[in-house]
Amino acid sequence: MPWDRNRMAARAAEELEDGMYVNLGIGIPTLVANYVGDKDITLQSENGMLGMGPFPFEGEEDPDLINAGKQTITELARTSYFDSATSFGMIRGGKIAAAILGAMEVSEKGDLANWMIPGKLVKGMGGAMDLVAGVGKVIVVMDHTNKAGDSKVLKSCTLPLTGKAVVDRIITNMGVLDVVPGGLRIVQLADGITEDEIRAATEAAIVA
Amino acid sequence: MKKVYATADEALEGLLHDGMFIAAGGFGLCGIPELAIDALVRSGVKDLTVASNNAGVDDFGLGKLLATRQIRKMISSYVGENAEFMRQYLSGELELEFNPQGTLAERMRAGGSGIPGFYTKTGVGTLIAEGKEVKTFDGEDYILERGIVADLSIVKAWKADDTGNLVFRKTARNFNPPAAMCGKVCLAEVEEIVPRGSLDPDMIHLPGIYVHRIVEGAHEKRIEKVTTRQKETA
Repeated sequence: MPWDRNRMAARAAEELEDGMYVNLGIGIPTLVANYVGDKDITLQSENGMLGMGPFPFEGEEDPDLINAGKQTITELARTSYFDSATSFGMIRGGKIAAAILGAMEVSEKGDLANWMIPGKLVKGMGGAMDLVAGVGKVIVVMDHTNKAGDSKVLKSCTLPLTGKAVVDRIITNMGVLDVVPGGLRIVQLADGITEDEIRAATEAAIVA
Repeated sequence: MKKVYATADEALEGLLHDGMFIAAGGFGLCGIPELAIDALVRSGVKDLTVASNNAGVDDFGLGKLLATRQIRKMISSYVGENAEFMRQYLSGELELEFNPQGTLAERMRAGGSGIPGFYTKTGVGTLIAEGKEVKTFDGEDYILERGIVADLSIVKAWKADDTGNLVFRKTARNFNPPAAMCGKVCLAEVEEIVPRGSLDPDMIHLPGIYVHRIVEGAHEKRIEKVTTRQKETA
């Protein structure tokens, strides 16, 4: 059985270490917050907050308190607020230890595409380009293949890039891969996935 | 000099002209200058270029100025919540310049700080870098981005005193301080104008030097995505 969304999020949470300041993207990355356990992790929301808390109870939503996905959230005892320029100063300045992001495509060189499908999807990059350029470690969480069964782990991206040579680690429903010189290295196989299966689903070069 | 005006319409008097460049605060629908947007709709000013992280939704925020076709060009990082925006953009009626979110914030901050350009790693090797100067510092490539100076800034704060010192609330601060800084003139709208001396000087988020006109009023403060959790039953 390949990993489901929650199992992928739980695996991504294993990447986080005590004391880290971390930015989580929208989608599966948001679920990572459910699996940090006892680790002392501070979540950054790039619209101007460190120390993001869980969703509010019904009736306690505050229109002045949202995350970067525009969802209502809550604050914690450690929370601080700041403006967008300061927020991206800490992102660009390398103060955020890791970002966990979704992706449409990743290449064997660590190129990432997750913001635009020409002629179809033109929503914008939001803070993704700043995050991948600035944070300490970029971890991508995504399905290994698209709905048609084609690999999303490619020799080179076909879509416009979010960043060039920025991805460190890829966590998919089939396993974990690291971007290393010459291609990708298999770090871990998902439960029930064989090396042959992950190789067959990967267009990118896999180095031993 | 008196900064406080009775309405946003009065506060904008003498500041508007067709084709002008406006910087707006807010993130999504959070901390957006609702009163100024409504007044701009009523003014009929057109061919606007607007720098704002988002473009509102179809019937709220900057979406109102898109519906009336008063905006000619947007400079934004994310516009995914607005169907009318997408329609105008795909049909070529609306010009769009995508900026990475941090680059947009820094362009505003820099423009307001007398910095005409800065180098950033953000966007190197992407579409964003096309046509921009690349410079190598310590072996890494950076691209040159320009500071923004707007004809007018419209921002929303929680409280102001009559000298324009501003205090924001929670994540409604977002783009408001950098947007305020980059305007030749800044109109700040607030939920409450408090007496001079009642704000703690150590707790001012944006000093009044950046704020030229102030208006107080009720804000709808619409929530874009209400998300909640269940109370656990013991």
